[in-house]
Amino acid sequence: MIAPSKPDLVTVNIDGREIAVPKGTNVIEAARLVGVDVPHYCYHPKLTVVGNCRMCLIEMGMPAVDPATKSPIMDPATGKQRINWIPRPQIGCATNASPGLHIRTQTPQIKDCREGVMEFLLVNHPLDCPICDQAGECKLQEQATGYGRGYSRFIEQKNVKPKRTLLGPRVMLDDERCILCSRCIRFSKEIAKDDVLGFIDRGSFSTLTCYPGKKLENNYSLNTVDICPVGALTSTDFRFKMRVWFLKQTNSIDTESSVGANTVVWSREGRIYRITPRRNDEVNDTWMADSGRELYKAVQATDRLTAAKVNGAVSTLDLALGAAAELLKVGRIAPSAPSPIAIVGSGRSSVEEQFLTKQLADALQAPTHLVSRVGEGDGILVSADRNPNTRGALVVGLVSDLPKVGTALRAVRTSSTQSATTDGSESRPYQEIHVGGLSNLAADIDAGKIKTVISVGEDLTAAGLTAAQLAKVAIIYLGTHANATSAAAKVVFPTLAVFEKNGTLVNQQFRLQKFTKAVPAPAGATDDLVVLVQLAAAAGGPALPADIHELWKFIAASVPALGTMTFANLPETGLLLDATPWAGWSFAEGATLHYQPAGGSPP
Amino acid sequence: MPAAAQRRIIFAHIDEPGYTNDLACYLQHGGYAVLRRSMARPPAELIDEVKKSGLRGRGGAGFPCGVKWSLVDRKSGKPIYLIVNADESEPGTFKDRYIIHQDPHQLIEGVMISCFANNVKQAYIYIRGEFPEGARILERAIAEARAAGFCGPNVLGTGYACEIYVHRGAGAYICGEETGLIESLEGKRPYPRIKPPFFPAVLGLYQCPTIVNNVETLCHVKYIADVGGDAYAKIGTPNNTGTRLLCVSGHVQKPGYYEYEVGKITLGELLYEVCGGPLPGRKFKAIIPGGSSAKILRMGETFALKNKDGTTRQLAVEDIPMDFDTLAACGTMGGSGGVIVMDDSVNMVEALANLNAFYAHESCGQCTPCREGSLWMKKITTRMVHAGARSEDGALLKSVADQIAGRTICAFGEACAWPTQSFVAKFGDEFKGAAETKPSTKSDHAIELV
Repeated sequence: MIAPSKPDLVTVNIDGREIAVPKGTNVIEAARLVGVDVPHYCYHPKLTVVGNCRMCLIEMGMPAVDPATKSPIMDPATGKQRINWIPRPQIGCATNASPGLHIRTQTPQIKDCREGVMEFLLVNHPLDCPICDQAGECKLQEQATGYGRGYSRFIEQKNVKPKRTLLGPRVMLDDERCILCSRCIRFSKEIAKDDVLGFIDRGSFSTLTCYPGKKLENNYSLNTVDICPVGALTSTDFRFKMRVWFLKQTNSIDTESSVGANTVVWSREGRIYRITPRRNDEVNDTWMADSGRELYKAVQATDRLTAAKVNGAVSTLDLALGAAAELLKVGRIAPSAPSPIAIVGSGRSSVEEQFLTKQLADALQAPTHLVSRVGEGDGILVSADRNPNTRGALVVGLVSDLPKVGTALRAVRTSSTQSATTDGSESRPYQEIHVGGLSNLAADIDAGKIKTVISVGEDLTAAGLTAAQLAKVAIIYLGTHANATSAAAKVVFPTLAVFEKNGTLVNQQFRLQKFTKAVPAPAGATDDLVVLVQLAAAAGGPALPADIHELWKFIAASVPALGTMTFANLPETGLLLDATPWAGWSFAEGATLHYQPAGGSPP
Repeated sequence: MPAAAQRRIIFAHIDEPGYTNDLACYLQHGGYAVLRRSMARPPAELIDEVKKSGLRGRGGAGFPCGVKWSLVDRKSGKPIYLIVNADESEPGTFKDRYIIHQDPHQLIEGVMISCFANNVKQAYIYIRGEFPEGARILERAIAEARAAGFCGPNVLGTGYACEIYVHRGAGAYICGEETGLIESLEGKRPYPRIKPPFFPAVLGLYQCPTIVNNVETLCHVKYIADVGGDAYAKIGTPNNTGTRLLCVSGHVQKPGYYEYEVGKITLGELLYEVCGGPLPGRKFKAIIPGGSSAKILRMGETFALKNKDGTTRQLAVEDIPMDFDTLAACGTMGGSGGVIVMDDSVNMVEALANLNAFYAHESCGQCTPCREGSLWMKKITTRMVHAGARSEDGALLKSVADQIAGRTICAFGEACAWPTQSFVAKFGDEFKGAAETKPSTKSDHAIELV
């Protein structure tokens, strides 16, 4: 990991407390460091500063110097340099740290400023909190409580504006609630690079809207809902579904691509209601793609596998493990002959599952394969490699080379295509993902060298194997959903989706990131780790624990970069691993936010 | 003592019989001779003349023009732009329009001298959208000047190139705020920029150093380049140099344009002697001395002003000299020179309701206090006029205005708060009394401007 260059530190004084901060840090961020809350609406750490809400007004002063001699003017009363306070309040968001900057946030003037702005923001606000989705996570509510007067002096008619404007397929606008902070406009322009939002009319009648003929339908549109400080922008998916204070938050990782955007999974009573981004300044800042927010829907799908099966018949886990053990005993003809068993690992499995898959492969001396998924990166937070953990398979040694980019195509409807145009056609084309990497396995099956295939979570048909090839081999399938492979398999183990288990993934930066269990698995499904540990033992491998914390001792021992790190201690922001063994490899990814491919752009 | 005579510098020829706004007429009256002479001088010398002149901006704020020019970042390597602020929208002000209509070449000459002094290659005249005739006159005048070599690719054969473009606004008061104007000129909504960091002198039009000057100010620059800064500084009073155009409107016998040396005429002389006093049977009640945003003066009030020697003197409204500093000391401002006169027929609550309707309509809506406060004040005063007045409304109005002034991105916050603050402070009795008066019989549209 390259150490960041040491920033130029300056000392500032906030409410009498001195702190050294990097030069140019604004007052809101500097105050945060000393535990002082400077309330704000329009300021967002990842967007340009516009200073329009006026909530972050503070008093600012600079040490007095003699204009002629430039020598400090001392205050005889305190013996310190006198501070020249500017009588006008300044905005904290656009006031940057400079040497000797003094800030006061707790004076009567500032209290009056905040009360004034709060009152102004509420005079035309509908105050429909009881039916507003933002209630419970609304800055207007929080800061009205913290900084408002608590009573109203407004007896006039409130302004009337549009209440239900569909800005795009996933975002609904209530203009009456909008406080015109322009965060969504700046996000669309600066981050999503899709400048479709703007204000029309003026004064208090200003109204947020899409430009004529445009829609807010890019794959990042839901970030505008996240950053909307009030209930003006709401998600059509989450709207009216659940009160946020009932929801449990679980840290997770977006598995749609190798970016590994950090996420929070919001659930209640075993059901997931939404996924939002979690700030990680090294990976995804505060953003994530809309497509990654819909992944939870697969968890509740009707085609989930919920019972172990042997030869198509429902079985118990023990019987299925026994049947699998029998299949694994189909030994080789001679000790020196190649194994008739092949293992198809997955770049969607966690590092722990890949580690156990590797143990299983070692015990069987079986060749391993990895399914590749390569699409087009969007340059923001969806990368070309749609496997979230290709690099995990390299780190644990499950495979020693990148899988070949497949030719089998799977058309994926990304979120951005859900809206239909007026004539009923899709507004954007289906996005193509090349799934494959199993051509060697296919050749081996055709040649009769392979008799048994263990697939850890991969649909072999989707990856390019034909039904005839599947029929030639006995398949042991671990997976979450029914598909052609589970239908053809001799033994099926229903396993867990990413939201139902703990684990780690290695993203494109070789950053090891942790996801944790948000909801319980459906009845009948078994933790992948349990199945893999049992299979490895049946194959004559070492006895390994299925508990992730115990298992980590073994993983840490075999992956030198991990040292004494434990699963519990893994930082929530991830751990950057040593990538030098793979330096110069041509990975599929192009540049995305916070990622530059090392060896130039891929072919 | 009779009032001092007018000193017509800007209006030297305007209103003369036979004086037209075409180039031929301007040349007959010695036009562009100053530009020719100025271009033979080093540019820095011209900037020095403006600094020595003490010229203060005539747009409203009265900021010294020489200081404004000296703040321009000349080392950035970026082009420097000059913008002529012809977005004259302040209620009660109509001088720039008259200059443009009657003597556009005077402005163009002032612009070209300023451009040459500051090494500007492109100048924009941002003219108010409601001035279509003014824009046509300017376009024609620029075409004439360009054909004659007074602007364009090779000015007066010196090789110096400078183009002047006319840009029409779309009818928004906020475009008179210099950073709002710049945003509008760039093709965006005229949301004023935050300062810091976007001071026009450093990060102005297209993020380049930019000078924004008022029409009248630039005409004064032409005169300064003619007579020299020292000679100009002798006109008017110290720190309030030159002449200024006063636009008198409202309840006087002779409203109109008057040009006087700054500070050489008092408000009383202007109203009673120059403008002929109140209408028959009426008495003056209140004066707004510098455009609608300036705080109102109530006839009969007196001000205790400090003299230089530390003593104080009492000054009646009639005795206030019309200069920047004294008007500021009296709690109001010289502003744009628009003198609005109200006599005893005016209901001050209705007058404020009219002003508040204007400011609520013109608030750009970018920052919270002005956006919400201006409309709230309008709603209160409109309600008061329509018989819904409460005894506490005066205090509420003042409190709302106090929550706006000084807390906004641009000076519009003060502009919309000062009328309310001063009306309520000085005519509190009328605001209190409004609660007891009978419903107004005036039709709604008299008040409801929006």
